Amino acid sequence: MAPARSRRPVARVVDARLDQLVAASDVVLTCGAGGVGKTSVAAALAATAAAQLDAKVLVLTVDPAKRLATAMGLSGFGNTETVVGREAFAAAGVQPRGELWAAMLDTKASWDELVGRHAPDEATRDAILANPLYRNLTSTFVQSHDYIAMERLHEIHASGRYDLVVVDTPPSSHAIDFLDAPARMAEFFASRLLRWLIAPYRSRLANLASKPFQAVADRLLGASFLADIAEFFLLFQSMYDGFVERAKSVEQTLRDPTTSFLVVTTLEAGPVQEATFFCEELGRRGLRLGALVCNRTLPAGLGDPAARTLADQWQRHPEQAAAVVPTGADDGPPRAGADPQERERLVQVFATMGQSFIDYAMLAAREAELAGRIAPLAERRVVIAQLDHDIAELGHLLELGRSMWPS
Amino acid sequence: MGLLDRRLLFVTGKGGVGKTTVSAALARCAVAGGRRVLLCQADGAGSLAAAFDVPPAGFDPVEIEPGLHLMAMDTEASLREYLKLHLRLPLGGRLGPLATVFDFVAGAAPGVKEILSVGKIAYEVRERHYDLVVVDAPASGHVISQLAAPQGIRELVAVGLIRNETEWMGDLLADPEVTAAVLVATPEEMPVTETLELLGRIRSETEVSVAAIVVNRVLPELFNRREAALFDRLAEPGDWRSELVRHNGDAVHHVLEAAALATRLRRSRAAHLARLRDAAPDVAQVYLPFLFARPHGTRAVQLLADALSAELD
Repeated sequence: MAPARSRRPVARVVDARLDQLVAASDVVLTCGAGGVGKTSVAAALAATAAAQLDAKVLVLTVDPAKRLATAMGLSGFGNTETVVGREAFAAAGVQPRGELWAAMLDTKASWDELVGRHAPDEATRDAILANPLYRNLTSTFVQSHDYIAMERLHEIHASGRYDLVVVDTPPSSHAIDFLDAPARMAEFFASRLLRWLIAPYRSRLANLASKPFQAVADRLLGASFLADIAEFFLLFQSMYDGFVERAKSVEQTLRDPTTSFLVVTTLEAGPVQEATFFCEELGRRGLRLGALVCNRTLPAGLGDPAARTLADQWQRHPEQAAAVVPTGADDGPPRAGADPQERERLVQVFATMGQSFIDYAMLAAREAELAGRIAPLAERRVVIAQLDHDIAELGHLLELGRSMWPS
Repeated sequence: MGLLDRRLLFVTGKGGVGKTTVSAALARCAVAGGRRVLLCQADGAGSLAAAFDVPPAGFDPVEIEPGLHLMAMDTEASLREYLKLHLRLPLGGRLGPLATVFDFVAGAAPGVKEILSVGKIAYEVRERHYDLVVVDAPASGHVISQLAAPQGIRELVAVGLIRNETEWMGDLLADPEVTAAVLVATPEEMPVTETLELLGRIRSETEVSVAAIVVNRVLPELFNRREAALFDRLAEPGDWRSELVRHNGDAVHHVLEAAALATRLRRSRAAHLARLRDAAPDVAQVYLPFLFARPHGTRAVQLLADALSAELD
């Protein structure tokens, strides 16, 4: 066995790598609980695909960590698709076969674009863009991120500008929300409620049945506010046909056989629970689960029984463990190791190593248990080792990508 | 002024950092100090109940332990309670269509839904039903619209009952002796970055003061400097390592590798801790240890509560 393993994380591949999946997909979406490294996995997959395939690859992210954004060559926020320079690959010692492009999702700008496209005329467009409710809707409406991410994906996919688009899905309270976003948007415009809310302002003849509710709402919120809302929805409704049509196409993109989902999780209880829910939900909707990605897993050595026994000995009898170490008292001129204080410190080092191994082995055991629990969820599973550093350059992404791709 | 001497704490942070467990631990600390506490789950996901191993609570608070009450926010129930209190409407169960309208309106004007949520919480504080209300608040971003709801409504709605309510709510939220936000972070890149962004946004967009940053899952320091030098020599290929292998076999590699990983993880996280300290020197920072033995459930809550009370003393 090799001594002192290299500091590079070593990938353990359980079932599969992602090269075949990527070859068969036009669109790959990563999803999962917050904080599991979805964005890094999406970026790493895109970077690796661009390095390995003669393909134009785009990674579309929502809100990457600053250093991750830098690693992808993104400096400013915005919708612009930017190519990652070949010099960034060269710095990582890689000659890419394809091209890597990256873009961030700017919700506000995307909404404005969308309104510009669907508004029947310029006056309506300007009235919508200027409405305070619209600004509220686009910046804080919970589903607006979700919808716009799917909308952008569809737009980019339909344009045919890329061979592969990797999308990092927006963080939402429920990882599944974005799947419903297109349907909900269509529903929103088609709803009778919307018509009902608008009706009195349109015909100036309040519907008798709605009157008591209008009255309560008036008392709570004030009539003028309700009028503002109605006016906004009235304007918005002029875009109804465009939006419904669009939402349908977006859904079709998600259902396309060349679209696959990567469910990313860490092996912790909360994220695994969400990943399980997500995998089942994809199945229920007839969407394609490409693979389950277990990110940030601990090294396999933590499960080694002999190592565990040794760690126990070191933790319990560190002085015996330290006695083995030749500290230089026996031969030649005395070295620093002969110092009795240093002896004591060495004993402490062995006790700490023993304890630390026991601590991490406990985490690893829980990981193994969770890994077993989620194994039946997906046909393909990719395991990525815990990195001991942040992702700050393209090389780090390619390093992460090695776990997903045969070299 | 002590963190738990306030009457309303909003606990927030990036998803996945342990916001719920920290809320639960804060509540338990306060209960241990003899206070009546209401713990409120703001997003209705039920994870607080899971942290105490009790069935999910509803809108009506349930006493789950002596002095500790649990509720889950429900804006429709909040609206119903409000209407009952103020309009004396004989609504009974027939809120249906109105609630749908409300949901709809709230979708376009987010302040409306948030004001119902914050309104209920502020009402419990004003009426002094509890000594302390701890809110397991929504994650970064969404919490801003909640904390800023009173101002938001004042800007959007010119008249009406709800607008009138925003006055006292705003005062209550803006009083640093009464209300504060607690930000939960972990010593990793994104959580620290988001915490700093959130801190900036709470300060610029809301009137709520930030009482503390709780840094959760802080890894233990393995070695001091001199010990680290000895460890490095053990881990490097050389006479020490070969002696160890000769006596103990190949298992040595696994144990050394695990210690090396633990040291590197700790080191990369220490850098993020330093970044957080440097960027927010004026906010109290409380460190909670990484729990190797039990990361979830009642036991974890108790361990964190113990660590918290030691830190807060």
